[in-house]
Amino acid sequence: MASDGVPQRTGNNLDPWYANYAERAAGLAASEVRALFAVASRPEVVSLAGGMPYVSALPHDLITSSMEKVMRERGATALQYGSGQGIPELREQILDVMALEGIRGSADNVVTATGSQQALDLVAKLFIDPGDVILAESPSYVGALGIFRSYQANVAHVATDENGLIPEALRQTIAALRGQGRRIKFLYTIPNFHNPAGVTLSAERRPEILEICRSNEILVLEDNPYGLLHFDEPAPNALRSLDPEGVIYLGSFSKTLAPGFRVGWALAPHAIREKLILAAESAILSPSSFSQMVVSEYLATADWRAQIDTFRGVYRERKDALIEALGEYLPQLNWTNPNGGFYVWVTMPDVLDSKQMLPRAVKELVAYTPGTAFFADGRGRHAMRLSFCYPTPEAIRLGIRRLATVVNGELDLLDTFAGTGPLQLPPSAGYDSAPPSDLK
Amino acid sequence: MSDSSGLYVVVLAGGISHERDVSLRSGRRVTDALIAAGHRVVLRDPDAGLLPFLANERPDVVFPALHGSSGEDGSLLDLLAAIGVPAVGSSGAAARRAWSKPVASSLISGVGVAVPESIVLSHESFRELGASSVLKVVRSTLEGDLVVKPASGGSAQGVTIVEDTNDLPRAMVEAFTYAEVAVVERRIFGTEIAVTVVDTGDGPRALTAVEIEPTAGVYSFQARYNAGETTFYAPSRLDEETVARVADAAVLAHGTLGLRDLSRVDFIVDAEGTPWFLEANVIPGLTETSLVPLAIEASNTTAAALYGSLVEAARTRSN
Repeated sequence: MASDGVPQRTGNNLDPWYANYAERAAGLAASEVRALFAVASRPEVVSLAGGMPYVSALPHDLITSSMEKVMRERGATALQYGSGQGIPELREQILDVMALEGIRGSADNVVTATGSQQALDLVAKLFIDPGDVILAESPSYVGALGIFRSYQANVAHVATDENGLIPEALRQTIAALRGQGRRIKFLYTIPNFHNPAGVTLSAERRPEILEICRSNEILVLEDNPYGLLHFDEPAPNALRSLDPEGVIYLGSFSKTLAPGFRVGWALAPHAIREKLILAAESAILSPSSFSQMVVSEYLATADWRAQIDTFRGVYRERKDALIEALGEYLPQLNWTNPNGGFYVWVTMPDVLDSKQMLPRAVKELVAYTPGTAFFADGRGRHAMRLSFCYPTPEAIRLGIRRLATVVNGELDLLDTFAGTGPLQLPPSAGYDSAPPSDLK
Repeated sequence: MSDSSGLYVVVLAGGISHERDVSLRSGRRVTDALIAAGHRVVLRDPDAGLLPFLANERPDVVFPALHGSSGEDGSLLDLLAAIGVPAVGSSGAAARRAWSKPVASSLISGVGVAVPESIVLSHESFRELGASSVLKVVRSTLEGDLVVKPASGGSAQGVTIVEDTNDLPRAMVEAFTYAEVAVVERRIFGTEIAVTVVDTGDGPRALTAVEIEPTAGVYSFQARYNAGETTFYAPSRLDEETVARVADAAVLAHGTLGLRDLSRVDFIVDAEGTPWFLEANVIPGLTETSLVPLAIEASNTTAAALYGSLVEAARTRSN
């Protein structure tokens, strides 16, 4: 028991700077969910949680020779600081990549970055003041939500269906926010093979979405890392192709080549581009010259279009395996059936909570990402994201069989306690930890 | 650098338990300390190659830093004994006694240490007897705030403090997602104290007790692994007499469970100064924010010196 006779002790909270962190650091904390993801790195676990591309399908010899050539012929440049905007030859080649989705632009307006994630961060840094509102799909990319949170924005999710953002819902959300006097800075959207929802914004809706934003003077931030990874029909032309002045486009080589290079880009209207370059120089001086030059060499010498076709085949086979296994083992659930990309969004009966169920899944050696990670407002508990990009079709089948054991076990448990009181976790304040980027 | 003889030590960390992440952090800390103590150290995740690796390498000592079912359920410790590899820590049988919170509580209660009143329930018991009936008995038997936790496991995973009995079913569900058996116990209010017990060959002794004061009031997973969210007092703010009583209870618990080398025994000390046993950990957390390293530092020794002594004691024991 405490005693007045005991000298005053000084406590130690193990972080002498704890009181000094900025408010925006408040969400940067270890969590149980993130700790559970650590188990997914074990070989026994079938991880349907991460988003790692299947880089084994790449021509490693060709990439090696690209690296060697860069070092042999332009080593001094590759090892040096470069332009904050990125190397000119790669920016020209990026125009060829974007042309596949109907985009015509100038290399002057391309800014390369350390992955499109960095470009996204730079755009957020340029536009967001604390308290601003960002519009996003419902659900949205967990990595974007983390950035928006770090700039102290509020995310307003806009209803989405199998054809992507619902225009009327967008109109109503904007009107409601404006009615509250809120300041909307931009619409963040992943129109193609959405992460995590797996849906694609239909061609019919694209002009309407753009018109709604244009008439409300809202900038559009189009994030398109998966656009070229279609299975059947190609995705409709990019939003940027329809509105060069109202859209910032983010592209990436992480899925069509390899994330290890960390090369992505932004295509922005010229005035924004100028600020992006200055912001990039302020943040990192310049993106990696070596990585950009190797990617450029790869694009110049490899049949990169054929390589994307190879990826499409690999991912299509895996997506088919996932959909088939869901139908066989978990017919009581609902899911999206994407025409490209990496992800399937699974919706469960309301009694099930994917976050609450995760420890059981880990015990059964299967991992997924709980749906709550993809909302800024605590929703998503009855949903989960399943990734099919990394595990083989056989592993995917095994994983879904295990997931069925998890779901049935949880349903059995909930059935045992049915009628005794509320069984689910209380609503969270929103924002779950993002899965680690190296999660398989 | 100590005056150690430079043993070949394999530190085991990771595994596939819910506490893998914590274990990896512990393993890295132990590895650093043992290297500083002058030993040759390999950090290894236990997998299908582990037993052949150990048979081939024949390390002088294994230091298991495996929390949760990977290490604390005793299976791996039994296997290490079976293949004749000396290991720091308790035997498999002793680990199992501590791993099961109901078994440990029963044994500790038997030697006169206060243990919170509790009911141990399996999922099967609810299914068989009807959840409403079972919960009714629980509510009428255990009054006041309750603590619901899995019967095994650490890091506060699956633990819920129930202040409103309407939340009891949800707390049971939470605990059963981690383990098939759950413990519902009466919540003891007071000062949370962790006592590290070490034995480097001359009998078990308690290190300086660490008092835990979580900012949010509950020593949850978040409070444990985010520096800044809990204030620790080592020495604690308890009076000397109470500190001695808690230390004695910890050493008694360590001995009663048959633990060896290193353990951490957790208590709540109530307003009357009575230490209430919560659990004993055979492979306690050894991370940057864990309690054992704080106790070591407060006891005027170092992790390098203590872990070094433990591996040397384990090596000597095997000779």
